[in-house]
Amino acid sequence: MYDIAIIGAGVIGGMTARELSKYNLNICILEKENDVAMGATKANSAIVHAGFDAKEGSLKAKLNVRGSLLMPAVCEELGVKYKNNGSLVIGFNDQDRETINELLKRGKRNGVEGLRIVEKQELKHMEPNLSDNVLCALYAPTGAIVCPYELTIAAIGNAMDNGVNLKRNFDVKSIETTAIGYKIKSKNDSVEVRFVINCAGIYSDEIAKLVGDDSFEVHARRGEYILLDKECGDVVSHTIFRTPTKMGKGILVSPTVDQNLLLGPTSVDIDDKDDKSTTQDGMGQIIENAQENLSFVSLSKTITSFCGLRAVGSTGDFIINSPKKQFINAAGIESPGLSASPAIAEYIIKLLSEQGLTLTKKQNYNPIRESVHKFFEASIDQKNKIIKDNPAYGRIVCRCEGITEGEIIDAIRRNPSACDLDGVKRRTRAQMGRCQGGFCGPYIAEILSRELGVPFENVTKFGGKSKVNIAKTKGGKIL
Amino acid sequence: MRDLVIIGGGPAGMSAAITARESGIQDILILERDGQLGGILQQCIHNGFGLHKFGEELTGPEYAWKYEKKVKELGIEYKLNTMVLDITKDRVITATNSSDGIFELKAKAIILAMGCRERSKGALNIAGTRPAGIYSAGTAQKYVNTMGYLPGKNVVILGSGDIGLIMARRMTLEGAKVRAVCEIMSYSGGLARNIEQCLNDFDIPLKLEHTVVEIHGKERLEGVTIAKVDKNRKPILDTCEYIPCDTLLLSVGLIPENELSKKADVDISSITNGAIVDQDRQTSCEGIFACGNVLHVHDLVDFVSQEAELAGKAAAEYIKQGKKQTIEIAIKTDGKIRYTVPQVITDSKDVTLFFRVSDIYKNAKICVSDGDKQILSKHRPKLAPGEMESITLKGEQICGAKELYLSLEVQ
Repeated sequence: MYDIAIIGAGVIGGMTARELSKYNLNICILEKENDVAMGATKANSAIVHAGFDAKEGSLKAKLNVRGSLLMPAVCEELGVKYKNNGSLVIGFNDQDRETINELLKRGKRNGVEGLRIVEKQELKHMEPNLSDNVLCALYAPTGAIVCPYELTIAAIGNAMDNGVNLKRNFDVKSIETTAIGYKIKSKNDSVEVRFVINCAGIYSDEIAKLVGDDSFEVHARRGEYILLDKECGDVVSHTIFRTPTKMGKGILVSPTVDQNLLLGPTSVDIDDKDDKSTTQDGMGQIIENAQENLSFVSLSKTITSFCGLRAVGSTGDFIINSPKKQFINAAGIESPGLSASPAIAEYIIKLLSEQGLTLTKKQNYNPIRESVHKFFEASIDQKNKIIKDNPAYGRIVCRCEGITEGEIIDAIRRNPSACDLDGVKRRTRAQMGRCQGGFCGPYIAEILSRELGVPFENVTKFGGKSKVNIAKTKGGKIL
Repeated sequence: MRDLVIIGGGPAGMSAAITARESGIQDILILERDGQLGGILQQCIHNGFGLHKFGEELTGPEYAWKYEKKVKELGIEYKLNTMVLDITKDRVITATNSSDGIFELKAKAIILAMGCRERSKGALNIAGTRPAGIYSAGTAQKYVNTMGYLPGKNVVILGSGDIGLIMARRMTLEGAKVRAVCEIMSYSGGLARNIEQCLNDFDIPLKLEHTVVEIHGKERLEGVTIAKVDKNRKPILDTCEYIPCDTLLLSVGLIPENELSKKADVDISSITNGAIVDQDRQTSCEGIFACGNVLHVHDLVDFVSQEAELAGKAAAEYIKQGKKQTIEIAIKTDGKIRYTVPQVITDSKDVTLFFRVSDIYKNAKICVSDGDKQILSKHRPKLAPGEMESITLKGEQICGAKELYLSLEVQ
């Protein structure tokens, strides 16, 4: 029996779990995939928005501004990289300037600090690689970048360290009402809980329907991205947005906290919630846009392209409510969901307490998660001390990103354990560099097999049927 | 202070070390990131190595063993499982391994012999999903030959580089069905003998001017859509064809691994992606030499070994005598000849220029001039980008030239 089940281990589920782990509660997270941060959290723009975009008075506006204020401290506690790089909304013509002026006014009303318009000359100084056709920009000094899956993994890891239970491969099939609350069933497992928090991303409308709430729909909006090599990470230092139009916020150019350059996203509504495919058209559009924004961008330095699905709710705002007793929806969390996530977690807890959940603080709650970057960022002397204690830190496995066997083993052993190749990638960056795991993939599969005690041929890329090898070779035998 | 530190213990590094020792350098250290010497040869269990160098057909590990044995006989020091993290212009090397931790070395000379890596799928921006079952050909080769596992049974190969061709045969021998090898160009980037022995002998179709336009499958690869391409290498949509498969291997080019060279501020050629070197394989940084696939991608390991001998000998001379540049002749090429190695000549001795052409040319004449007059011309019945060519110039032919110009006359 659990006090609370959180359905979905994305950034919202993860941040909520961590916030709740401060209290004396028995909590489980139910995740349908083999790992956490596998939905919209895995593939988005990785931006902590300043908060000038959302309509004033909306939950989006309120929670964005509050969330982006909370974010630096959360990242500090969780040892997650966070960079306050500031953002620019660039304008190419008078119409853009008008929109930028409106954004400035709206941002001020939303309570965003430090917003101002920057003219061409100053802009060129701030971002020398911007296209000469850019006339002006809205500068938001509070804009920042963070790695969304790193944040989520760390939040869930910290929640687990504080007693939260993570159930992977738990695909919720039904939710029944019981005397104390709910019984949630997957194909071959079930949990009984008092409260349910629905953080199921693009599937959150389907989860809500399981308890009879059909008041909203969530559809998937495809966002494709192109990621460039670290050599390109300093092409821009701020996050560069296009002036928004009716079609959306447009394609941005941003450095990532790991010094890559991110281009994207496209924005296309699709019917299939499972369709994470990239398209020729989409990638063409990203390239075209990036070339308009920048005076030069070296697309030959592309490392990978990928697609994320945003959970777009039918109301236009975040849908955070309680349609039934002891059941909370956190649905339609599209942009600025990542930015708002610490504030959404607070908001959900407020709703829970209104629903009668007793919150008493845990005595031994530890808000700190040791940073996974500890070794990477250590001085040579400190590193040598660590290597002496644990020689696995002296062996580099991923040569492109310089990741050691020690860091990979740590990612497998600590909460939430990496169980597949992609899990190791998101936790350590091994396989994320320019060779994309070409060299280190087989070695990491070996480490996973050894650490998890599974046969080598059962190692997967991301759980389920995504096996990396299907059989042993004939071993010299002639058929 | 070490005399000579060689980064990489593959065929280039070992050959350079042996020649340097034979040229009188006692203090040599090879730093190798893998657990054994030999580099990528250890997973190349097919034969065809050593025909030029030893006049016999060897497998990769056999070829490597010849050098490894010599390294051991000569007592050349090497450190395995050791990754070099940094090199500076003044030849300070930072490296790490499990027993020494992170350590620094200063060397009188350095030879860069880090080899190359395969271009990854990401760089191609292929549309579709991102399931398991997509590997570079070399990764699949590692799984099959070194680890003894089979990545899949139904295979499509994109790109006709040599490793892709070799793996087409290898996967077939392991019982997999190779459906097709797609090559976007109108010719293969691989050696003619590999097309014959790895594809034709096994009835594997080579689809020239074809590429993969979409990847299908959620968890494991389920199929690919291939299409013919037009003259601009853009897919022709009404030629799309779906091929069911569980494995896609990529053999779409090799990139010299020059991350360390860049840290040392070595000038890199945008064409070869390797260092710009002189006839001694000395880079723009004094005392730093480069050879093998880190310098430019070779077709045959035999030529890697040969090139490494040049670097090993020159590094030994540099350690003993310091720098002795007498002249400086830049070598320019027309577009038909993509590049030469070396790119610059600093000594008026006999020199062999290695080069690649940018397309298939028949009945062509290779011409070398010094700007005013033709120095040399040679007829070739056929030239292909997949086969490295060479031309040797006598010291007296280049003496006095300011610049050499290499061009191709095609009838």
